[in-house]
Amino acid sequence: MYQLLKQIAKTGIVTGPAPLPDATLRALEQRLGQLILEHFGRALAIRHVDAGSCNGCELEIHAMNSPYYNLEGLGIKFVASPRHADMLLVTGPVSRHMEVALKRTWEATPDPKLVVAIGDCGCTGGIFGESYASCGRVSNVIPVDVTVPGCPPAPVAILQGILTAITPGR
Amino acid sequence: MTKAFKELGLDATPLAAAMPAFCASIPAGELRGICEQARARKARLVALWGSDETTRRAGYALHLALAFPSGLLWVSVPLSREDPHYPGIADIYPSANRMQRATADLLGIIPSADADRRKWLRHGAWPEGAFPLRKNVEAAARFAQSPDRYPFVPVEGEGVHEIPVGPVHAGTIEPGHFRFSVVGEKILRLEERLGYKHKGIEKRFEQMTLEEGAKLAGRVSGDSTVAYAWAYAMAVESATGTEAPRRALALRGILLELERIANHLGDLGYLGNDVSLSFGFFQFWRLKEDLLRTHAQLFGHRYLMDAIVPGGVAKDLPVAAGEALAGRLAGIEREVATLKSIYDEHAGAQDRFIMTGQLTPELAERMGLTGLAARASGIARDLRVDYPIPPYQQLDPRAASHTRGDVAARVAVRFDEIFESMRLVQTLVQQLPPGEFRAPVAAAAAGARGLGWIEGWRGEVLIALEATAGNRIHRLHPHDPSWQNWPLLEHAVHGNIVPDFPLINKSFNLSYSGTDL
Repeated sequence: MYQLLKQIAKTGIVTGPAPLPDATLRALEQRLGQLILEHFGRALAIRHVDAGSCNGCELEIHAMNSPYYNLEGLGIKFVASPRHADMLLVTGPVSRHMEVALKRTWEATPDPKLVVAIGDCGCTGGIFGESYASCGRVSNVIPVDVTVPGCPPAPVAILQGILTAITPGR
Repeated sequence: MTKAFKELGLDATPLAAAMPAFCASIPAGELRGICEQARARKARLVALWGSDETTRRAGYALHLALAFPSGLLWVSVPLSREDPHYPGIADIYPSANRMQRATADLLGIIPSADADRRKWLRHGAWPEGAFPLRKNVEAAARFAQSPDRYPFVPVEGEGVHEIPVGPVHAGTIEPGHFRFSVVGEKILRLEERLGYKHKGIEKRFEQMTLEEGAKLAGRVSGDSTVAYAWAYAMAVESATGTEAPRRALALRGILLELERIANHLGDLGYLGNDVSLSFGFFQFWRLKEDLLRTHAQLFGHRYLMDAIVPGGVAKDLPVAAGEALAGRLAGIEREVATLKSIYDEHAGAQDRFIMTGQLTPELAERMGLTGLAARASGIARDLRVDYPIPPYQQLDPRAASHTRGDVAARVAVRFDEIFESMRLVQTLVQQLPPGEFRAPVAAAAAGARGLGWIEGWRGEVLIALEATAGNRIHRLHPHDPSWQNWPLLEHAVHGNIVPDFPLINKSFNLSYSGTDL
């Protein structure tokens, strides 16, 4: 236990102005906090749906939960059920085998709901495109509010996409 | 070495590849006999797939990749256009079961009546009787969505109830369906249903040139992008007679070991998280993020995607960058050593890890467990050790080996492999050969074959390639070790409690995308 506490003390707080220029990142954090307060009572609940990705985008969603990004400090929380969610974060080209599951997840999410499509595949179908097995981009299956390109998009880009989705007027 | 195959009654011809590889063609009637003899000689089934040869004035073909101590044997079984049946081999090699079913779904190449003929990859995207990987089906074809109706095995008895989970899971996980039959909290049976992510990867390859395919290969399973890209490059180099420069091979070794370290760090964090040691999650994911940022800075991509290309690597590692990498890795290594001692001494974590999700060496050997999970169940196999290709030949890599086969053993293998990969990267950075880092890739002759075989962080990744005219892909099968290991997860959970399933599942961390294709 001593070693564990020592490691925590030694690590300190790593969250903060990370990969992008400091000022930009700080503005991002503040705006996000205010907007979440305004629109979602300081608690944005996100349900992630992998609709057929290569698992690359999932790695970055996991990375977004690292202490470098302190999501919960921003009021953002990943939830286990679409019924608890304000937003769906959808990755992948939508495989035809996930088409029904994605639609049902969307229907199970209470209104008002937001959808952010993550990654080149979610935005355009990406390298997999449309085929006998793939419906292509997410908006071919459910309405999408914001798209975040990248293969995969970095955690900060995903965070910006979430922010864009809860910005009024968009 | 072809002599060894002569003993099997096989006329095997060597295939130019980075590792010892051979090809042989046998009639369907000899398939079971060959497999029985191969199994008796301790050969492993690495992959089973099919191909449509009707565009090459033939019928269909079934293919097997078998790993003998002397090398990899690619066995092809020509089948007629009218009746593409063959005797199933799942009783000899149990891991063949799902591969046979997938081959039947995609190509209509069907095992004999006594085999398990339930569908596997097909849900509702195409109907029974349609075979999307056949050459006469357009990639853009659209079939009416039909109901899935998958015949799960029912479990009956007093107090038994079912818990269906997925395809959309509660966490950030790939989609799949798990059907638990439980008594109280104890798992009586688990049945997996995968194929939700099937997005036509193998069909997509057939629309591509050898050059274009590299990018897709790196996206078969995103967490193993380096392993796939290297296996693909190796297969293309094997088919075209291209030799990657020595510097490129050393850089590929660095990239592969970095991918292994990054994934193991992430898994160790999640394994802590799953036993309520969130300290572990935050510590390991901090270290992983440090490494990902180093990747982005030195190689231009956080996950090293597209860093390996046929002919070599996309980007060189200058001396200063190599020194920076060595310095950062040393820092991460020190912290991992501290975290290891914390994990080792944490009674709560060890209580959950030890004897949870156990796979005995006997069962693992019989069922064909592979990769990281096999090394935790007493099977000390590792391509880097067993069939060392450059740059591993000079490095004398050590295979991790633990025998208890539980979550604790899979945790221990990950720690061991992080430290060993750190050593390999440090050595490679110090001894980076001078010269070019990319060679021009020759054109492939129509019908040329290539094999790529790489020990990724999860296990062995195989790429089997056949080229066609115009430097295009006739057939490409990317094979993930998860094909072998998914069925063993069903065994590992027996008698465990439902709340331990996420922990056991994470300790294997298998790929859905890599097997759904």
